[in-house]
Amino acid sequence: MEFIYEVDGGDFGKAGNASSAVKKILKQLNVHPKIVKRTVVALYEAEVNIVAHAYKGIIRVNITPEYIEIVLDDKGPGIPDIELAMKEGFSTASPKVREMGFGAGMGLPNIKKNVDELNVSSEVDHGTIVEMKTYL
Amino acid sequence: MKIKEIVAILDAEIVCGDSNMDDEITCGFASDLMSDVLTLDTDKMVLVTGLANMQTIRTVEMADINCIVFVRNKKVTPEMLALAKEEGVVVLQCRYSMYNAVGKLFTAGLSPVY
Repeated sequence: MEFIYEVDGGDFGKAGNASSAVKKILKQLNVHPKIVKRTVVALYEAEVNIVAHAYKGIIRVNITPEYIEIVLDDKGPGIPDIELAMKEGFSTASPKVREMGFGAGMGLPNIKKNVDELNVSSEVDHGTIVEMKTYL
Repeated sequence: MKIKEIVAILDAEIVCGDSNMDDEITCGFASDLMSDVLTLDTDKMVLVTGLANMQTIRTVEMADINCIVFVRNKKVTPEMLALAKEEGVVVLQCRYSMYNAVGKLFTAGLSPVY
């Protein structure tokens, strides 16, 4: 089954709404709590990234009996150096993002830790696509 | 340690979650940085924080944390309260600084996450 969510850049009040909805779905499907937590922590970090850095984004969640696949596709400034962005501690976040408790350069490394497969691709001035997959 | 013991030690106000006062908490973590909270893989944890905004409640929701203590007299907004109630999170407020609150809990025997 597939679920689609829209995310607005800069709207911190709603940041986490999609992750929260996905968490409820996974719990209803009786996915193991450890897998639910890992998946939604990764998704939440990625959702906050869209709110923090992009203009808008679409989250597509595909749940099969074998895996959970989540694709976050945003329109935004893109990431010039993905390898650098993956390093713990590297951040380009604004003071506003830091006030929210994020922006310490932990997002992408933490996403990687919590999913089985992660692919990040980006085009500067266009946007970023984050694909994550977790096997059930 | 039960949540009601945390309430007593910190002389805290129960903002929501009165019915969960007998829930067991095994360790504590203190941070204003939600990214660090999201790196933890610990159950039955209390989060001690001075960061009071929607992201604090969302983080607690995603990380399966049962109890949150706001220090330095930080107040919960109605929006935060609504979300915390919906998620069944126990929310406490205390007037102590983070250092003081953490010291009191540690002295009372609450273990750190690491």
